[in-house]
Amino acid sequence: MTPFAGWQMPLRYRSETAEHQAVRHAAGLFDLSHMGEILVNGPGAGAALDYALTGYLSAMPPGRARYTMICAADGGVLDDLVVYRQGEQEFLVIANAANTAVVFGELLSRASGFDAVVTDATDEYALIAIQGPAAAGILGPLVSMDLGAMKYYAGAFGDVAGVPAWVARTGYTGEDGFELFCRPADAVGVWEALASAGASAGLVPAGLAARDTLRLEAGMPLYGNELGPDMTPYEAGMGRVVKFDKPGDFVGRAALLARSLAGPRRELVGLTLQSRRVARHGYPVFADGIQVGTVTSGAPSPTLGQPIAMAYLGADLDARAAVLTVGIRGEAVPAQLTDLPFYSRSR
Amino acid sequence: MSIPADLHYTPEHEWVSVEGSVATVGITDYAAQQLGDVVYVSLPSVGAAVTGGEPCGEVESVKSVSDLYSPVDGEVTEVNTELDDDPSLVNAEPYTAGWMFRVQLAQDGNGDTALPPDLLSAAEYEELTKSAG
Repeated sequence: MTPFAGWQMPLRYRSETAEHQAVRHAAGLFDLSHMGEILVNGPGAGAALDYALTGYLSAMPPGRARYTMICAADGGVLDDLVVYRQGEQEFLVIANAANTAVVFGELLSRASGFDAVVTDATDEYALIAIQGPAAAGILGPLVSMDLGAMKYYAGAFGDVAGVPAWVARTGYTGEDGFELFCRPADAVGVWEALASAGASAGLVPAGLAARDTLRLEAGMPLYGNELGPDMTPYEAGMGRVVKFDKPGDFVGRAALLARSLAGPRRELVGLTLQSRRVARHGYPVFADGIQVGTVTSGAPSPTLGQPIAMAYLGADLDARAAVLTVGIRGEAVPAQLTDLPFYSRSR
Repeated sequence: MSIPADLHYTPEHEWVSVEGSVATVGITDYAAQQLGDVVYVSLPSVGAAVTGGEPCGEVESVKSVSDLYSPVDGEVTEVNTELDDDPSLVNAEPYTAGWMFRVQLAQDGNGDTALPPDLLSAAEYEELTKSAG
């Protein structure tokens, strides 16, 4: 167990590499109850979120989900979010645990001019994720809805193992999978029902360590590593989450528009290393011996069998022409520029 | 978690066993569990001089990298090359197949080879891991 944003979280249950491989080839079960759940409800909820976030949430139909961001007025990223539209006037916003208080405070103040009620409901939800190619087959018989009809980035209310839940086809692993939001009192029962139903299909509990290597292989940014208040979505290669074509103003619009026209100051890239040593968060990246960037996340990739990393490089650098190395505790280790993501599931 | 009674330990979570004047060194089960899956072990070269309490290699796991300290003074006579192909031996069998290196212990002023006096017994090491949580 490890302390994480005020929660005690399992870093691993047994071997994080085995947990990682289970998610890629069978399924893994994650306890993500630390994530923040914020409800934005009311006739003006969609318009309030259009103003508060970078996305065009009022245009999203009920039963769907979007990946989006909340930015400061200067365009800096305060958090990356998944927003579910649970009904015509009901939205569920999922924030990173460490940012929940900030996101809740910002949504509260940004929604003040709208006919919408913002509630921090983190304590009312447990979140259990089941991720991997076997997830749908394991979960299907335990839920009241037809999972085959549920698209990726969609969700619906229903029963899971006999208790009410919001069931969504979302995740942070690069695999097909589901996230189940239920009452905390029901969480142990849901966990045990899933663990028992999935054991024969290879389902194993998976911890934070596997979650991190899974999202890194899938090229997904992690707040605090690839995202933060000192960068805009454009630096992270996530400019697509900024919707200038939605009606009305939104927080950060002017700064983000300027940034989108000027181009990013830094570029997020993927690196692979022909080495046993691992490039880790904070290590310098050199081009022809001069530091041109910094590693944001790095790990040995169980899928590729070699170390992988994401790094920010100066946008003026012609990275494709440069000979890149990562400084690993004093040694310059050659690194190859690689397109993100490192891994995509076959669909 | 296993802490064999017949080994010596360091606060840096190495274990030492001695046969004659040769010490065998590895990291403890506790250390391996804290590190998680070990993916690479950088060991000193055969023939290298090592000094008790000083770093002589690295243990790289999925989540972190840690220095490997020599618990003893002397000359490295052998390293576990099996770890190159299968570093997970450190997690699976930290006290046997996961051993790391062997040291010909340096002689003291009387021509004797002895372990440093500050190594921990199994009971002392167990106390240390308990207080570390």
